Amino acid sequence: MSAKEKMPASADRLATEAETVIVGGGIMGLGIAYELAKRGRSDIHVIEQEYLTSGASGRNGGGVRMQWSTELNIRLMQESIEICRNFASELGINVWLRQGGYLFLIRSQEELGRMEQTVALQNRCGVPTRILTPQEALRIVPELHPKGFVAACYNPRDGVVFPWPFLWGYAHAASELGVHIHTYTKVTAIEARGPHSFVVTTSKGAIRCERVINCAGAWSPAIAKLLGIELPNHPHRHEILATESLKPFLNPLVSVLSSGLYFSQSMRGEIVGGITVPDVDDGQVHLGSRLRFLEMMSAELLSVMPCLSQVRVLRQWAGPYDVSPDGLPILGEPDAVPGFYLACGFVGHGFMMAPVIARHYAELLCGGPRHPVFDRCRLSRFQNGTSEKEVMIIG
Amino acid sequence: MSEKCIVCPCEDVTLADVEQAIGLGYLDIDEVKRFTGLGTGSCQGKLCMVTTCQLLQTAQSADSQRQARQPEAQKVPHPFTPRPPVVPVSLGVLAAGKGADRER
Repeated sequence: MSAKEKMPASADRLATEAETVIVGGGIMGLGIAYELAKRGRSDIHVIEQEYLTSGASGRNGGGVRMQWSTELNIRLMQESIEICRNFASELGINVWLRQGGYLFLIRSQEELGRMEQTVALQNRCGVPTRILTPQEALRIVPELHPKGFVAACYNPRDGVVFPWPFLWGYAHAASELGVHIHTYTKVTAIEARGPHSFVVTTSKGAIRCERVINCAGAWSPAIAKLLGIELPNHPHRHEILATESLKPFLNPLVSVLSSGLYFSQSMRGEIVGGITVPDVDDGQVHLGSRLRFLEMMSAELLSVMPCLSQVRVLRQWAGPYDVSPDGLPILGEPDAVPGFYLACGFVGHGFMMAPVIARHYAELLCGGPRHPVFDRCRLSRFQNGTSEKEVMIIG
Repeated sequence: MSEKCIVCPCEDVTLADVEQAIGLGYLDIDEVKRFTGLGTGSCQGKLCMVTTCQLLQTAQSADSQRQARQPEAQKVPHPFTPRPPVVPVSLGVLAAGKGADRER
């Protein structure tokens, strides 16, 4: 093995045979690769079409929260935030985790009624979310417009991370453990030669393998289609902006569920945030920036925090949400193709869920315990009818 | 010496930081930007882009294996993806637009 072979940037050659090929070098693919390697598996190749951080993993707001409307997501995120807290010591990189809480602003009595039920569920799971009066919320964020909301939900243990170092942490640790990462390498065909026997063709050559894991996020329907599998998830453009840096003043991430607005102050001082903007959703990944987003985002942000009106926007960008019909991910093997594993459909919260999903996925693939998420999140649920829907989705 | 030579003054990224990224095999400006944070500060890359491209040009021409390693990578250094707005614009000015009513 040459010196460069061990480097995360891109391995020298693609092997001709491997145990596992992971399509997608985002946080999900790198996380699963790392967790598999940590459990002693070798022969893992991660294929990324562009550079690491090029997809949604490098374009998101870095929020990590336990406030969800389904017990499954609440419990997964409790565990994921625990993993985040140990990430710096485990992987030797600072991901700038700051647990300043999430403050959801509620604008109507009907919404408050729904949120009371959700908060009760979170409390049953051990999440210390509280419903606050506007006066109580203003003590946490005095800069809020006092007339803009009737109540708020606050969990002080939610937080934000800086996404980029999170990816480098996984990539470098995985490389150290022998995972081969191939960047700027496209998967052009996948052939199933039988159960647990695949040939993956890439722009760097072909590789035979026993198992393919589809971690391609917004591109995952296109990857599945290479094997003739239709996935129900689709890409959706989500835009976001960052302002010039300000002195630290804003502790929690603030969000308005009814408009999909969210914003937080990064450790660098910028206000980083986004909002729901309708889009065409034609099955293609669109990453262009729109003036319409800047205008909608600025108007809504200033209605919540008018004192920011002189603050200047430095840049805007877009990332692709990978939207599943019920807001829950799609995991495990489709019945038709044993050995082809899915880890997609995370609807804009794949980043925060990756640490816990990667860990349980690796356990499952190494013959360990099967976490209930893998039964709940099968692809077949869309034929059989789904029982619950995650509604606390922003953006 | 390269620890004291600043490439990106907004984010305090030194020549040594860029050389470390190049040493790890990150030869595209998009990779170097996200590995070191250069170009993400108040000038949005206006000060560091040319220097970075020059360093990457040298590193890319010295590396005959790059095409084999990263077949889909651009063959010459290129600028960052441009991010609007071109100059900083205040939220108050933007909020005065009619974004909510504007057609795509």
